[in-house]
Amino acid sequence: MLDRVSAPLQRLGRQVVNAIWRLGYASRFFLFVLLRSGTGFRRFQLIIKEIYFTGVLSLIIIIVSGLFVGMVLALQGYETLQKYGSSEAVGTLVALSLVRELGPVVAALLFASRAGSAMTAEIGLMKATEQISAMEMMAVDPIARVIGPRFWGGLISMPLLAAMFSAVGVFGGYLIAVVLIGVDEGAFWSQMQNAVDFRDDIVNGIIKSVVFGVAVTAIALFEGYDAPPTAEGVSHATTRTVVTSSLAILGLDFVLTAFMFRGA
Amino acid sequence: MERTVLDLWVGLFVAAGIAALLVLALKVGNASTTFNVGETYHVIGEFDNIGGLKVRAPVKSSGVVVGRVDKIQFDNERFRARVVMNIDKRYQFPRDTSASILTSGLLGEQYIGLEAGGDSENLKDGGRFKLTQSAVVLEKLIGQFLYNKAAEGDGKK
Repeated sequence: MLDRVSAPLQRLGRQVVNAIWRLGYASRFFLFVLLRSGTGFRRFQLIIKEIYFTGVLSLIIIIVSGLFVGMVLALQGYETLQKYGSSEAVGTLVALSLVRELGPVVAALLFASRAGSAMTAEIGLMKATEQISAMEMMAVDPIARVIGPRFWGGLISMPLLAAMFSAVGVFGGYLIAVVLIGVDEGAFWSQMQNAVDFRDDIVNGIIKSVVFGVAVTAIALFEGYDAPPTAEGVSHATTRTVVTSSLAILGLDFVLTAFMFRGA
Repeated sequence: MERTVLDLWVGLFVAAGIAALLVLALKVGNASTTFNVGETYHVIGEFDNIGGLKVRAPVKSSGVVVGRVDKIQFDNERFRARVVMNIDKRYQFPRDTSASILTSGLLGEQYIGLEAGGDSENLKDGGRFKLTQSAVVLEKLIGQFLYNKAAEGDGKK
């Protein structure tokens, strides 16, 4: 009888302790990456390679999604704004939603599933095939050689991708609103420029995307580094990367938005 | 370290990213006007009610933006709102210029409208508008209208 009660409780307790343990390990890992990967800048070629992998190769998905998100925003926004006779404000709507929220968030979500999962799988597989242990054996610090460049590469790519997403999205909105529907072009741009503030909207959007970049790459790298060295372990870790980083992006976005746009 | 094809692609990527940022800043946002303020001088206006006026709201004269609202404070001695405005040095106004809080459109943002007076001397840095007009509070206006209508009705009986 007692067993039936205590066994689930024990399991729950073990899970909680495990989760805290992992959190501590992850924090230490993150700190190590920050401390030791500074040397990575001496071998900038490695970072360039990672920027190519995470940034350049994500370009197509980012540009295409940005274009479509902008176009959909313009269509939907026009539908509603037209009822109030202020269809010119569609430019403001598209630009503000993209620059403040959708640009950083959607670009980060795409980045997590496109580049984050690949990073986890790659590092998990390197560990499973004992390449990481081999490096340690040769006195090469795997954190400086493998993890660091990927971290900085992702960190540099993310804000650039988000900015491109927003810019392409605004262009998509322009295509729909001005070219297709026929909203006045001058009003479209001037209302947008009046409403979008450089410091409050654009810089805050960039800050958001930098934070998301840190979160996604750190989670992806940790999941890969921590993955059990089996095929199953790597596959689980890849899934966890996408799930955890998506949740982290959305959660962080709420916190950042609450700080940045307190209805001032 | 040799140059590789990778470098070219990464270079293009970074250039495109920076270009996107510039487009956002200059074409989408108002960085072009934010940075292009030039020299300004402060002028203070005191209002009974500022309505929904916000910091960085435009200060316009004849519809042209001549400055921005810098600070909004509450003067605890006179119990009035104290609005500090930054006005572009290129635009000088006579000392008896009046400032009123206006609304662009029916539901638009509020801004400060300046109407130049006839004084031969100009406002100095730190000067103060002698004549100010508060924001129109729609509720008060409607209330007044209803009150007047009711009074008219009484008169006719």
